Amino acid sequence: MKEITIDALIENINTVTAFVDDLLDEIDCPMKSKIQIHIVIDEIFGNICHYAYKDSVGTVTVSVEFQNTPKAICLTFTDNGIPYNPLETEDPDITLSSEERNIGGLGIYLVKRNMDEIKYEYINKQNRLWMEKKL
Amino acid sequence: MIINKKSEGTKLEILLEGRLDTTTSPMLETELKQSIDGLTELIFNFEKLEYISSAGLRILLAAQKIMNKQGSMVVKNVNEIIAEVFEVTGFSDILTIE
Repeated sequence: MKEITIDALIENINTVTAFVDDLLDEIDCPMKSKIQIHIVIDEIFGNICHYAYKDSVGTVTVSVEFQNTPKAICLTFTDNGIPYNPLETEDPDITLSSEERNIGGLGIYLVKRNMDEIKYEYINKQNRLWMEKKL
Repeated sequence: MIINKKSEGTKLEILLEGRLDTTTSPMLETELKQSIDGLTELIFNFEKLEYISSAGLRILLAAQKIMNKQGSMVVKNVNEIIAEVFEVTGFSDILTIE
């Protein structure tokens, strides 16, 4: 398992993406899965930066683990911010017209669609979001 | 992300290059705030756009709502990944994709 701990600041998204990318390159991850993982990092890390710590700056730990059978990547985001379970967010009604649509919940919805399994837990005052994607 | 613009009267084409995500979306938002007033035709050319996250979708939806009132909006040359994002989020029904 490899991990990176970094301040929860928007400008650090690229550092996290590069960290995960290097590991994905080592296992020759297909381009499509790689981009889907980029989107997931953008959504989850972005959410933590915007909401977890209010006005103070906290940290996020992103850990990456690979499985062989079946071949999969496990991504875990851990932060010490306010308790927040993204899985409780209601899925958006994707059948509404542009006038009726509002944008809430779209990010998490994209994450759900891009990953195969997601688990959330709040333990030791930490939010832990564990996600698996088959490669 | 790089934003290029082609303007012709009340028609504006915006060409995006790179990634439209949490980090870069504010750039596009600022750009649109400055130029959307009075437009009757807005074209997004995504030929060189790699991917889009919900932050980008939010801006496209806001632009679509404005253009519904004052003209038309088209998104063209989307790649497979972006087409899939539009598909799963229902944006393929909201936007005009060419």
